[in-house]
Parts: sequence; C-alpha cells; structure tokens
Amino acid sequence: MRRKPQIAFFWLSVLLVALPFLTGAALGNSWVRVLDFALLYVMLALGLNIVVGYAGLLDLGYVAFYALGAYLYAWLASPHFGVHLPFWAVLPLGAALAGLFGVLLGAPTLRLRGDYLAIVTLGFGEIIRIFMNNLNAPVNITNGPQGINLIDPVALGGFRFAGTQQVLGVSLPSTYLFYYLFLAFTLAAIFIAMRLQDSRIGRAWAALREDEVAAAAMGVNTRNLKLLAFAMGATFGGLAGGLFAAFQGFISPESFNLWESILILCMIVLGGMGHIPGVILGAVLLTVLPEALRYIGDWQRHAFGHVYVDPSDLRMLLFGLALVLMMVYRPAGLIPSRQRKREFAAEDGVAEQEQASLYDARG
Amino acid sequence: MDIFTQQLINGLVLGSIYALVALGYTMVYGILELINFAHGEVTMIGAMVALSVIGLLMGAAPDLPGLMVVLAGVLVAIPACMLLAFAIEKMAYRPLRKAPRLAPLITAIGVSIILQNAAMLIWGRQYVSFPRILPEARHELFGAHITDLQIAIVALSLLIMAGLWLLVQKTRLGRAMRATAQSKEVAALMGVNVDRVISATFVIGAALAAVAGVLVSAYYGLAHYYMGFLLGLKAFSAAVLGGIGNIAGAMLGGLLLGVIEALGAGYIGDLTGGFLGSHYQDVFAFFVLILVLVLRPSGLLGERVASRA
Repeated sequence: MRRKPQIAFFWLSVLLVALPFLTGAALGNSWVRVLDFALLYVMLALGLNIVVGYAGLLDLGYVAFYALGAYLYAWLASPHFGVHLPFWAVLPLGAALAGLFGVLLGAPTLRLRGDYLAIVTLGFGEIIRIFMNNLNAPVNITNGPQGINLIDPVALGGFRFAGTQQVLGVSLPSTYLFYYLFLAFTLAAIFIAMRLQDSRIGRAWAALREDEVAAAAMGVNTRNLKLLAFAMGATFGGLAGGLFAAFQGFISPESFNLWESILILCMIVLGGMGHIPGVILGAVLLTVLPEALRYIGDWQRHAFGHVYVDPSDLRMLLFGLALVLMMVYRPAGLIPSRQRKREFAAEDGVAEQEQASLYDARG
Repeated sequence: MDIFTQQLINGLVLGSIYALVALGYTMVYGILELINFAHGEVTMIGAMVALSVIGLLMGAAPDLPGLMVVLAGVLVAIPACMLLAFAIEKMAYRPLRKAPRLAPLITAIGVSIILQNAAMLIWGRQYVSFPRILPEARHELFGAHITDLQIAIVALSLLIMAGLWLLVQKTRLGRAMRATAQSKEVAALMGVNVDRVISATFVIGAALAAVAGVLVSAYYGLAHYYMGFLLGLKAFSAAVLGGIGNIAGAMLGGLLLGVIEALGAGYIGDLTGGFLGSHYQDVFAFFVLILVLVLRPSGLLGERVASRA
C-alpha cells in the first residue's frame, strides 16, 4: 500500500515528460503549442487562485499583472529600447514589479468589501490597458496598439530555446523546448501553491475568507495577509507574463484585455476554487477545449459547405454559460476541496448572516 | 467658442445618460447588495433592439417622421429589456440569493459575457450606425453650441428621473421597495412580496437602461455589441460616487461624472503639457471610482458605510 503513491508519481512523471511527443504524434505539432499555453494558464490560474481561492478576494484585473510582467520583459530584452538583459535577470524583475503593483493596488482597496474590490481591480485592469494602448506618443514607451516585437529569444547559459535544438541526440523544435521550460516553472508554482496552502499563512487566509471578523479576533493580521495574497498572486502573474513574452517574441495590448482575466477566473471556478488539482484541471480544460471547438467550424464547412457560426465567437458564449451553470448547479467546481463543498452547501449561509448582523450593529 | 461651457454642456448630456444607467445599479444594490454586472449589457441590448426596429421601420415606411421612428424603437426596446432583466434575475441571481457573496457576482459576469456574445452573433462585430433621422438644429447657449438632441437627452432623462422619484416615494410599490431595501425579512413579515419587489426593481432598472441605450447610441451615432461594458462600468462608478443604494445619489453621481469626464478630457492635454491626450477620457471614471472608495466609500449622499468583509 505504501508504495502506491510513489508508483503513481513515477508514471505521472513519465507521462509529463512524454506528453509533447505523444501529442505531437497523435494530433500534430500545433497541439504542442496548445500544451505550452495550457501550462502558462495553469501558472496564471494558480496565481489567481491564491487571491480568489485562498483569501477570497475577487480580483477581476488579474491580467494587468500578467501584462506588467510581459511588458517589462519586452522593455528589457528587445530592440525597443535597445536593452538586452538575459532571461534569468528579467524574469524575477517582472515578477517583482507585478508584486509591487499588487501591493500598491491592494493597499487602498482592501479596506473595502469584496465586491467593491472586484470593481476596482476591474478598473485597474482597464487603466493599464488604456495606458498600454496610448503610451506611444509623445514618448514611445509601449508602442501603442502595434505592441512590441522582436523580443529576444530565451537563452539559458548558451542554450537557446528558439529554433530546433539537439538534446541528447533528439532534435526538439522550440515548442517542445518551451514545454519543458514551462513544465519546470509550473511544477515549481504547484509546489509553492501547495506549501502556501498548508502553511500558517494559508490557514490564516482560509480563516479570513470564511469569516473576517472571527479571523481578526483570533489574532490574524487581516490587512497584511490580504496584501500578501495580492502580492503573491500578482507575482505569479508577472512571472507568467515574462514567460509569455519570451515564448511569443511579440506582445500587444490585445493579449491583455478583460476577457483574459475572466477566462482565468473561469478556470478556477470551473475546476474548484481553492483546490489545486481542480484549478489545474480547469486551466487545462479551458485552454484545450476552445482549440477543440475549432473542429466545429470544419464540421460546419463539411456539412453545409459554409461556416454559419464562427467557433471563436461561440467560445466566450460557452464560457459565460459555463460560469452561470457552474455557480447555480455545482458552485464548488468540478473537483471541489472538501472544505469548499461544505461552505457552499451550508443551508443558508449562517456565517454570512452572523457577519452581516455584526456589521449592522457596528455601523 | 467658450471651451469650458461647451465641455460643461457635453458633460451634462453624457452625465444624464450615465445617471439613467446608474439608477439601475443603485436600485438593485440597494435591495440585494449585488453588483448587477449585466446591467451595462442590458443597456446595449436596448440600443441594438431599438436600432433593429428603426431599420425595419425605415425600410417599411420611409415617409414616417424620424422622431416617430425612433420613438417606436424605444417603445419596443423597453419591454424587450424588461423581459430580459426579469429572466436574468429569475435564472441567474434568484437561485443564489443565499449563496456566498462571490457566487452571484460570478454569475453576473457570466450573464454579461453571454449577452455580449449573443449580441455579437445576432448583430455582428461591426458598428451599427444610428440613422440621421432626428432634427439636428444647433443653438447658441452662453457662447457654446447645444443641439436639439442634447436638449432632448437632458430633458428626457430629468423627466424619467422625476418619474422614478415619484414612483419610489409615492406609490405602494415604491414603499415596498424601500422597505425591502431596509430589511428583506421584516418587509416580508409586513406582507411585502419580496420576490416580486426584487423582480420589479430589476425590470424598472432595465426600462431606464433601454432608454439610456437608445439615447447614447443616438448621441454617438452608433451602437456596438461591446458598448455596454464601458458604459456600465462608468455608470457603476457614478452610482458609487453618489453613494450606492441612494437614488438621488445615482442621479447626482451620473451628472457629476459626466462633467468630470468632459472637463478632464478637455483639459488633460494642457495640464500634462501634451503628454496625455483626450483619449485618456475613459480613465477618469476609474480614478474617480478609486478615489471615492478610498476617501469616502459611502459616496456623496450615502449614509451606510461600506463594511470590510
């Protein structure tokens, strides 16, 4: 019995290593690119999960941190400013900048109730996007809607991730190389997220999420912990942003609109807020399914000789439907954590009511 | 031409539209403490439905006067939006009334996405232009220009707001709404049908949104499936500025936000030495929102202080 987890772990590792080859052989190399994005979204979803799932703060401007990481990477490693810092130096800078902005944004808003926070973060996301779009004149900082291209390819100690490389006698295209790079970061992110959840901080976040007044009464420093959640989530976002910029070699404000934030939120809601396996599943599903949706277009062309409904138009519609249906019928997600399930199943939110009456008494 | 007066007029016109939309947010928030994210999208649907009706009528009866055609569009858009809001409340919000706070907020976002994309499938991705069939005379006012349409927008908005004020203060339904806003439980004990009051609140807000949608598309001369998002956010900011849950506050906040935006867009170039231009107009609403939330979360006229949870 005791060996079972280790055996499972072994096979999982084999699967993860072999996955791009299996995918490439079965579905073609374009799907390996989808895998890369799936890993990127797993990182993003894990980051947002810290804010929304652990600490219970609804952040709708998460993509702003992603954008900050990506733009910092583009500024410091492209011909745009003529600065070419190495990958390993820029990435932490991007993550740190995003974390700093997380604190700056969080500090004034965390005194407020959750739904106000949602709107403020939403507004922040939009502000960042407007600035990205317009800061190309009189001083060209973001290059406006055209975005920044020719971002330096990733190189680690002389090993370049662009183009096909020979590794141990196997020739690997760049999407494969990025898969392993992203896999390493994703595994680290999962590890950090797991350790955080089980730590003293993670338990304080859970307390805060469930009943802030009670948590404060137990000596939880609610303000600092909320700020920490915000900063941690933002750091994950900034890191993923840097990786995204390095991977694409090109960024523009297009990639960082509100729907991206909502998409990441959908991932964690679908999978199960606050539960790491659920979040991973949600992120993978919502990256892979839209790609699979493309076949609907082919199918229409095949059946009617014409594409009536563009699958990419359907994509967001289905996400919206999924959000509503999940919340109404399975609010704890596809793979909920045991704790969450109980929270959502509580008959009429006893804790909520008590909390509300407390506020009334104080106000 | 006096730029200050001109921007003031533009701001008041835009602000009265914001106020109409803000009322929908504030009424729903006052009763359910729910940010009805989909409200901006309801506004957009109002504009789109009206434009479809206007297009049909212009094709079927080209001799009809423009004002009549637009009026017909509005009269179809209002019940369409009311029905839509009724359905949204019933299907997406009511089942979650006792769920944790996050849940209805997430469904609200979901509904918003659904409406936006449904509108995109129905009316397409491109801008729908508002036909130029309304009288366009311009008048001089304190050294600035004001068009017939602008006068009509302000007048109509004020009229509707006065009507709403009477409805809330003087009628039986209005009293039930105020009672429900204070306490759902006690209102129910007093014989108020809370579910029906909540439905009515959504439906009334949607009717105002429909009018606002037509006005805003007439003002800008176009409509777009994405127009509801920014309009909704700004209107929500206006509601917070005035004090969310407070009806007079929403009106004041809307007008004020319109003026801030117009003046800000008019002068930001001079203030920053040309570094930032008028395309930053959309940023002001968010800065106002953040400032209000930080400095005075209860808004200008609100009494209840936003609590911390």
